[in-house]
Amino acid sequence: MTVKYEKAVAIEKESVIVDGVDISGPWNRMFEQRVIFEYTPERIEEIASIPGAESFAYCYQCAKCVPVCPVDVVGNYGPRKLYRYVQTGMDLSQAPELWLCTTCANCLRVCPKEVNMVHIMPAVREQAILDGKFVPPELQQAFENTAKFGNPLGQPQRKRDAWVSKAGVPVPIIKDVGRPVAVLWYVGSYPSYHPRGMDAACAAARIFNALGIDFAILGKEEKDDGDSQRLAGEKGLFEALAEYNIATFNKYEWDEMVVTGPHELNAFKKVYPQYGFRRPVVHYTTFLVRYLDRLKPLLKYPVNKKVTFHDPCYLGRHDGEYEAPRRLLEAIPGLELVEMGRNRENGYCCGGGGGGMWLDSFTTNHTTMRLSEKRVMEAAATGADVLAVCCPFEVSRFEDAVKSTGNDHLLVRDILELLDASMRGSP
Amino acid sequence: MNIIVPIKQVPNLTDELEINDEGTDLAHDMVQYVLNEFDEHALEEAVLIKESVGGTVTVIGVDTTGELDGILHLALAKGADKAMKITGDFMPGTPSHVQAQLIADAIRTLAPDIVLTGVQAADDRDGQIGPMLAAHLNLPYVGVVTGVSITDGQAIVHKEYAGGVMAEFIVALPMVVGVQAAHRPPRYAPVSKIRQIAKTARIEALAGVETAQAGSTVRRMFKPEAAGHAEMWDGTPDEIAEKIADLLAEKGLLKRTL
Repeated sequence: MTVKYEKAVAIEKESVIVDGVDISGPWNRMFEQRVIFEYTPERIEEIASIPGAESFAYCYQCAKCVPVCPVDVVGNYGPRKLYRYVQTGMDLSQAPELWLCTTCANCLRVCPKEVNMVHIMPAVREQAILDGKFVPPELQQAFENTAKFGNPLGQPQRKRDAWVSKAGVPVPIIKDVGRPVAVLWYVGSYPSYHPRGMDAACAAARIFNALGIDFAILGKEEKDDGDSQRLAGEKGLFEALAEYNIATFNKYEWDEMVVTGPHELNAFKKVYPQYGFRRPVVHYTTFLVRYLDRLKPLLKYPVNKKVTFHDPCYLGRHDGEYEAPRRLLEAIPGLELVEMGRNRENGYCCGGGGGGMWLDSFTTNHTTMRLSEKRVMEAAATGADVLAVCCPFEVSRFEDAVKSTGNDHLLVRDILELLDASMRGSP
Repeated sequence: MNIIVPIKQVPNLTDELEINDEGTDLAHDMVQYVLNEFDEHALEEAVLIKESVGGTVTVIGVDTTGELDGILHLALAKGADKAMKITGDFMPGTPSHVQAQLIADAIRTLAPDIVLTGVQAADDRDGQIGPMLAAHLNLPYVGVVTGVSITDGQAIVHKEYAGGVMAEFIVALPMVVGVQAAHRPPRYAPVSKIRQIAKTARIEALAGVETAQAGSTVRRMFKPEAAGHAEMWDGTPDEIAEKIADLLAEKGLLKRTL
């Protein structure tokens, strides 16, 4: 890019003497409007020409997005800053900044121009990946695992329902049920394979049983939803999974799908419809709140803890559900709910969205601390004993952050685990 | 540069493998197949050679599962130019002797300048495909290679030996290379690209005629049998450290200097 400078021309006198007093100075001079050649719109246009990234060019630099950007809190980021970097020559497709956005959508919430990073970043990433540009190795590993094994953890498909034996209650597999069910519970990759995710899955199974819900899971037929891989730029992988999952979902008769994770909710409710899947899907918090009258008498044991709740971006901002998780927590006897400064619409991101789940080592090199660490510090500042979550990405993220920030006293628990604890009286 | 990359599908080792009822082989109908990791490195090295000196990369394999196309699409997405499969009545787990003969028959007429294949595969682990290909084609072979560069019609080949010893060979082309690792990690092939290729790619199918015999037969295949038991030690960290040191000394693994 050519950078040209034109010296500005003064259009008023260089020196002024008023009543014998020399008041010359730059402050009383007017300059001709300066033509700025320091940047060209080419790189902005390059990005805006990628399908999905058009709104990048709408930015008019008001900067409302910057203070609400969770990455800016621990670094130097935000859509307005990205726009400025690109305007002054950054090739976003090869810059580390390409991978820092978690698609949390807090910028979109405040943007008067609807610059939509949730669309822009995946589109630019997809283009970069197709062009063979640098992809952080840990993210590449997650893509490859998902493509080969159907889950980002690289675990065998045949062990997808191995957790069931730990639940201590029946967890029917839809293939074996042989009749329509009311609820198809899509468990998700982390609850199926991650040890702490399994704890939440087992808790959910016990709660569904206690409530007498007619449910079944897909078992070994279940594969990852692929949404975070899509947001990280692997649309082809997402599409392959979507085709498989939709065909699998449609093999069986069920009335409603319940998902453990907000990312799956986003996939099945908002994105799969573009691929022909239009059936009711709810997050487990929204689902369980409907059964509150039946659930409350089951919550026999008090959980005498001060609890703060972290709004998952893809349940809150992306889907507008702020109340259900809080109502479930408030239903637990003895539990005191306290709020962090950033909550609900302005909830702080855990850093796991948009592929961030598989970019922790990479982002560490470009931020002062992990988003999960920042959030754990905010949770600890409330004086809470427990940080309650309802997204399967968060338990492991926050438990790591609890250790790395020296807040070991803070327990991280899925709401499912807290409900289960109140039901069974276990700690 | 006419570069040929013979590849092989191997069982996905992340899955728990089952033995067949006869106890002589894997239960192949339970197995998911993936591209042999060493072949993936051979392909990467081939594409790197193509990128540095020009040429075409042809990837070829014996279709023992009926599912080789998916692997060939992946190879094309990673930078191969042509894909060929040898078809016939081949069973999963076709022995390396047979595969080497089939591949050699297929590529003899292709007049390769260099043949790069994985030094071994997770199924047989006998590392024989490369040497046998070289023998069939009457070409030189170097195995356990971690880098190939081409200058003046010769290959400069880095080979790894045990104990961290490295050697550099200058080999006249054509030759066969058994790749241990490409000199750069294998590139990522976006699924979008693989799917696009799957719709448009032409895979040349060659009928293979099996003339070789298996080099060996498996009498019995079985899962590792646990032998002995772990002994758990109690005590303070210092006491346990002392016990570990004593045991290592007793086994001759540690010389104690007082």
